[in-house]
Amino acid sequence: MAIKKISKIQPDKFEFNKNNKDIANNIIKNYPSGKQQSAVMPLLNIAQKQNDNWIPLAAMKYIAKYLDMPYIKVYEVATFYSMYNLAPVGKYFFQVCTTTPCMLRGAYDLVKVCKKKISENENQLSDDEKTSWLEVECLGACVNAPMLQINDDYYEDLDPTKLESIIDKINKNEDPKPGSYKGRISTEPENIRKTLLGNKNA
Amino acid sequence: MLKIKVNDVDIDVEEGLTVLQACEQAGVEIPRFCYHEKLSIAGNCRMCLVEMEKSPKPIASCAMPVAEGMNIKTNTSKVEKARKGVMEFLLANHPLDCPVCDQGGECDLQDQSMYYGIDKSRFKENKRFVPEKYMGPLIKTQMTRCIHCTRCIRFATEVAGVSELGAIGRGEDMQITTYLEKSMQSEMSANVIDLCPVGALTSKPYVFEARPWELKKTETIDVMDAVGSNIRVDTFGWEVKRVLPRINEEINEEWISDKTRYACDGLKFQRIDNPYLKENGKFKKINWNKAYKIIVDKIKNTLPDKIAGFTGDLTNMETMYIVKEFFEKTIKSKNLETRSEDTYVNINNRENYLFNSKINGIENSDLIFLIGSNPRFEATILNSRIRKSFLKNNTKIISMGDVGNLNYPYDIIKNDLNTLDELLNEKSSIFDIFKNSKFPIFLIGQSFFKLKSADFFLNKIKKFLKKNDKINDKWNALNILSNNASTVGGYDLGIMNSDNGRNLILEKLKNNYFNLIILVGQDNLDFKKKNEFIIYIGSHGDKGANCADIVLPGSAYTEQDGYFTNLEGKIQKSFKASYPPGDAKEDWLIINELSELLKRKKLFEDKDKLVGSMINYLKINQKKNNFEQVFNENFTNEKIVVDPLDYYYSNVISRASKTMNECRNEKIKTKSNGTTG
Repeated sequence: MAIKKISKIQPDKFEFNKNNKDIANNIIKNYPSGKQQSAVMPLLNIAQKQNDNWIPLAAMKYIAKYLDMPYIKVYEVATFYSMYNLAPVGKYFFQVCTTTPCMLRGAYDLVKVCKKKISENENQLSDDEKTSWLEVECLGACVNAPMLQINDDYYEDLDPTKLESIIDKINKNEDPKPGSYKGRISTEPENIRKTLLGNKNA
Repeated sequence: MLKIKVNDVDIDVEEGLTVLQACEQAGVEIPRFCYHEKLSIAGNCRMCLVEMEKSPKPIASCAMPVAEGMNIKTNTSKVEKARKGVMEFLLANHPLDCPVCDQGGECDLQDQSMYYGIDKSRFKENKRFVPEKYMGPLIKTQMTRCIHCTRCIRFATEVAGVSELGAIGRGEDMQITTYLEKSMQSEMSANVIDLCPVGALTSKPYVFEARPWELKKTETIDVMDAVGSNIRVDTFGWEVKRVLPRINEEINEEWISDKTRYACDGLKFQRIDNPYLKENGKFKKINWNKAYKIIVDKIKNTLPDKIAGFTGDLTNMETMYIVKEFFEKTIKSKNLETRSEDTYVNINNRENYLFNSKINGIENSDLIFLIGSNPRFEATILNSRIRKSFLKNNTKIISMGDVGNLNYPYDIIKNDLNTLDELLNEKSSIFDIFKNSKFPIFLIGQSFFKLKSADFFLNKIKKFLKKNDKINDKWNALNILSNNASTVGGYDLGIMNSDNGRNLILEKLKNNYFNLIILVGQDNLDFKKKNEFIIYIGSHGDKGANCADIVLPGSAYTEQDGYFTNLEGKIQKSFKASYPPGDAKEDWLIINELSELLKRKKLFEDKDKLVGSMINYLKINQKKNNFEQVFNENFTNEKIVVDPLDYYYSNVISRASKTMNECRNEKIKTKSNGTTG
């Protein structure tokens, strides 16, 4: 995992909107006075949500001033965690899991589809600037491997054709359905259940 | 006390120590990279692993507090294997560029790999590369060499008080950087170079200059400010290559300011290497004999009362003493002055111009009251002590007026003398804070002594402190911050002539009263020259030499032995590390030879006699009568103007230094951008 690149194009100003300001103040209230710096992570998250899923430098400065801490400390946190995006991402942000279980079930075929259908490189916006993709570490849905995450939703049990249909749907401005693409409910066994047959609730 | 065993030897150690410190007390040295006595504990390099009985894994001794009955082993094969493993990981990504690394020869990693390194690497993958980072004109970075000990980050945040360094990214890709690669806005930034255990942060002005084993090392004293930091001057031939700090817990601990460290290249530029005579507005080279002859003629043909002398801000005490003797005995003039500005001082009592609580005392203080001072620029090292005290005791710091960012928070009260008077009359709302404070410090800067009613207030402050029992046998809350290395020494030697404590000679000079003026390293006088004949004795061609009619080449502080008294009244000797350039002579010798030509008798036979006589003078004059004469019965309300000291440009050496010039430009640039913090 290489160090995250910071976008060269940066907005001049960033400020929480009124609703987010209330949320931020509520989060700060969770911590004792003088320890407001503990709220830096949720505040970065709010900023990311407000600013099209990425955090500009102006937002880091704004948060540093908001919490009365040095700029570099906010910068450290933002660069440490992989889920803070420091450069613009697509409106539909694909995070493809390539950790071992997904990899064994063909995650790299999904990566190939992303390369073909979205952009040549990771973190590169597609031509219509609507989508971008990224390889990530385990997203914790190994039972439904291979899978990927688009914004806040999981898309599971994929294969290249199914992923292509998802991307096509997005390109047609339709919202693809999240969840398993093999039609199973959450993590139930793929074929017929073989264990715990006597247990009705299982 | 706790009883523990280190390598089967029983020792008693204090509670609260770490295992590493306990081992050190037992005389066992433990290798380390991230641990440093003056910084907080990080425990991330893992080099200090030791074996502890009942612990299945080796422990990081720097981060483990000692407990009763611990049995520590540091010399077992398990420990050695663990340390070798750690070293192998550290070396996995470390480039093998020791031959082109400036740290070579004084590198912790190099030294320790001699003991724990293995001869070949099992690491077959590509080594990590990290781009270089810009950290200002003093620090050269080569971040591929970084082993992530985070000493520099901890120094910047804790000691220097500027949270500008940080670690971005994580794991193998962690990188040390300043925020968006701005230069570090601290006057102590270069200390990270000493702290860096590898060659990641090295000195930019010293890059590829010399190897440590080629340098002659002289332990001496710094003169850039009045603190008198202990330094080591490294010379190659006659050239001063670099200045490093020496540990003195009472004064500078382990740090020195950037000016102390990097003004030394000013010793190479703008030097006066030959006597010069000004003819038709142009300087012409002459020899010593001719120069002496002109001066002797001038002195003989001038009334003693019309001759004045000024000693400078970097002049050592021997020179000041011999100049004093020269004026008193040889030319019989009383017009000798060490101050370059019109400030008030009462030298009848030593406590009137000393930092009486001592620099160490700052750490015990619970209240610091800044009057007309910006210690960050006037005494950087002292300011870091105040910050240390603030971090340790949460010391309350109050300042009269806003003096800018001092690297610690402080309360501001209204900056005028009425406010101060109110407090001293015990009528102010903040008086209770002072009353309840056990060890307060009234830190009075030189700007305060420029006030017209400085004597009135100094006396009133003293009375106030005595009345409230803040000046007693154990504690003296009156602290005067001198700005220059020779200030206190000059006062101790009584280099002034004034009935009321003000600088009367300077006033006469400004009125063009004198006909002959002798400047001994004095470059900061502000006056309009008319018909005076000016003799300048000094090391650098600066303001003083510029207005002089005859210039005699003297020596800088690294080129002669000399005593300096620091602001707390501690006398320290600086040693000769190098030779003065060209025909230049040691300052005291010039005066001695002049006196020989004037009176056919040397003032002192040799330097030892001079020093002996000076020490004798200091001893006799130590106990002065304790009278307090006040000339102003009342005061007019004034604002205390704290002049923003041009930190990188404050004396001749730093003005001649290219490095200091770069630092100054960088600072101005950053200020105009408005991107501080």
